[in-house]
Amino acid sequence: MARGIAVSRLPARPAFSAAAALGWSRRNLFASPFHGLLTLASMWLLWLVVPPLVEWAIVDAAWRGSGPAACANKDAGCWVFIGARFEQIVFGPYPQAERWRIEVVIALAIVGVSALLAPRVPAKGWIGLAMMTAYPLLAGVLLAGGVLGLSPVSTSEWGGLTLTLVVAASSIVLSMPLGLMLALARRSSLPVVRIAAVAFIEFWRGVPLIGVLFMAASMFPLFMPSGVDIDKLVRALIAFALFNSAYMAEVFRGGLQAIPRGQYEAARALGLEHWPIMALVVLPQAIRIVIPGLVNTCIGIFKETTLILVIGLFELLSVIQAGMADPEWLIGDHVRETGYLFAAFGFWAFCFGMSRYSARLEARLAVGRPAE
Amino acid sequence: MEGRRTVDGAAVPLIAGRAKTARPPPRRAAAWTPARLRGLALQAVVAAVILAFFAYLAHNTATNLARLGVNTGFQFLDRPAGFAITQHLVAYNEASTYGRAFLVALLNTVLVSALGIVLATIIGFTVGLARLSGNWLVARLAAAYVETLRNVPLLLQIFFWYFAVLRPLPGPRQSLALGDSIFLNNRGLYLPAPVAEPDAAVVALTLILAVGAMIGLAVWSRHLRHRTGRTPRAIVLAMACVVGTAAFVMASAGSPVAWERPVLVGFNFRGGIAVIPEFVAMLLALSIYSAAFIAEIVRAGVLAVPKGQLDAARAQGLKQWQIDRFVVVPQALRVIIPPLTSQYLNLTKNSSLAAAIAYPDLMHVFAGTSLNQTGQAFEVMAITMAVYLGFSLVISALMNWYNRATALVER
Repeated sequence: MARGIAVSRLPARPAFSAAAALGWSRRNLFASPFHGLLTLASMWLLWLVVPPLVEWAIVDAAWRGSGPAACANKDAGCWVFIGARFEQIVFGPYPQAERWRIEVVIALAIVGVSALLAPRVPAKGWIGLAMMTAYPLLAGVLLAGGVLGLSPVSTSEWGGLTLTLVVAASSIVLSMPLGLMLALARRSSLPVVRIAAVAFIEFWRGVPLIGVLFMAASMFPLFMPSGVDIDKLVRALIAFALFNSAYMAEVFRGGLQAIPRGQYEAARALGLEHWPIMALVVLPQAIRIVIPGLVNTCIGIFKETTLILVIGLFELLSVIQAGMADPEWLIGDHVRETGYLFAAFGFWAFCFGMSRYSARLEARLAVGRPAE
Repeated sequence: MEGRRTVDGAAVPLIAGRAKTARPPPRRAAAWTPARLRGLALQAVVAAVILAFFAYLAHNTATNLARLGVNTGFQFLDRPAGFAITQHLVAYNEASTYGRAFLVALLNTVLVSALGIVLATIIGFTVGLARLSGNWLVARLAAAYVETLRNVPLLLQIFFWYFAVLRPLPGPRQSLALGDSIFLNNRGLYLPAPVAEPDAAVVALTLILAVGAMIGLAVWSRHLRHRTGRTPRAIVLAMACVVGTAAFVMASAGSPVAWERPVLVGFNFRGGIAVIPEFVAMLLALSIYSAAFIAEIVRAGVLAVPKGQLDAARAQGLKQWQIDRFVVVPQALRVIIPPLTSQYLNLTKNSSLAAAIAYPDLMHVFAGTSLNQTGQAFEVMAITMAVYLGFSLVISALMNWYNRATALVER
């Protein structure tokens, strides 16, 4: 590694000593008068932000007690509010007696997804296939009910974290295969197929999701034969799937473009036909390359699920907002601020976790491949 | 629509890579082989399915519109809209037409997107470069900025700025004030407005002439430097003369604009520029969120300059600023610009989230209020989507043009 670039970022530290610390801070904090000023300004900024925030959110905040009375201090966070609303935040308006169904669905998801994410789990392909096909069906049956003696629960009673996860998971499961098909179509040698794919992808990438959701709410009924009424949530899910498949397609296309032509030609020389080559040679390599990109798209989808609140579906953020608007809790802005902080932390934890995972994966996949 | 960390910006411009990668080789045009016939049949089927699908939708739509008794067509654009819009850059009142409302809303979208792009670029470049800084603390702060803000949904950030920061502000009488000319309260932001003085035209003309002269001199000087290898002293002298003359004219003319300050009259401010809180919230959220992505793009661009280039430049005896200016920036920009434009596009599309806090942008005024009032869902959505699609196509076209212009010319 060239010392000139990396020296300041990776200081060698044999053991702690005052002299070493002084040397380190001289190199990394006070290398020049300008850097000294920058360091002091940054410290001042931290001093301005961090202690008041810690005081507000942790030290002075209301952690115990029940009801709005516990949050009398208006200059501090009010975690009691989150505690009081927690069931709503997780389950939404889902009937109390049936919440075990959500718990089963979430538990299965945690098991399945951790098996997929963990390194060196046998039969990953089968687990992945099950998570993409059998699991969504099972989860749908459990949540919606109406069969196998489960009482039906209308989608208008789905909400909170449950709904956020339902929307995110089904968008991912639906848009990934659709995106792969579109990417293959876009690289087809048949002009009609290619043009259709390009038009589809560029249309969805060119319009904002919120407009697509408005369309799903206002125009979708016009497209259907009269008398056919499709559930609002299903319409939103279709919109999400179509919209995100275009982004997935572009990620897959990046991977397909990265596979050298020689791979195709070599397989051809071995006597393989077009589709076997795609399935056995090109796609396995391409998909490996695009996994980080797919994870990033999934992060984007997870953040986008908040948008369904504009068409009146109560996902995580809107359930928290509904809680803030409860007259009982209209006791000051600190409740509102705590609510947003909690929601932000929830989304952040998930997305940051995924992005760390994606970065680790990228590093692991890069091992054993020649540096470019 | 989110600012995604995908490779999509990088995936598009691979013009040269296309021919070399693993796609089926083009079939020879001559013989009617079975494979070729199969391809034609498949295409015919695909075309037929697509046409049938659209015909089915069109049929259903026509039937439904007839059943609901909705008049199709764009005549509604000439009817009076009858609603007020809180922010309009061109004259508008409740008697104005839907067409006028569309124009007002479009301008509002353009305004918040354009200012958002400028601010996001400034913040993004600052944070991105700070993250590369040799100063440990500064680099860590920049990293914290990026990792925090890009992992929180934009809508949540908009709500935060609007409902948790701006709305709880005190009323006009207890405004937060910066000096005696800028005020912030729960009704919005009040700024001094520039008013042209009589001499303004002279000063403006001088400024334009001076800038024009400078650009001309700079171009000429560059031309001479390319031919002779050095900058003639006469040009430096000429530039100094232009600057001096312009400065003299401006100084003797006095200030070209007066500032009209907002003044508290009764319960609210009068005069100056009043910026509605929805606009402030949108602008803050859009630029701060997008800046996190731009910072990453900038960092990746600078890191993409091969180390050998820096070593070579140093070996040539270039000074640090010369290395930055002539070696790092041109090569980094080539990597930065394509994903940067797609971030600009994302920001523009994200401005449609304004509908959630009722900032009167295209999505809120047109696809929201106008659609609900007229019931012309099909026409309104078609216009709205066409506008966003138009933005997208124009920006992509510009990006492709830039890519071609700056692509590496290899021997």
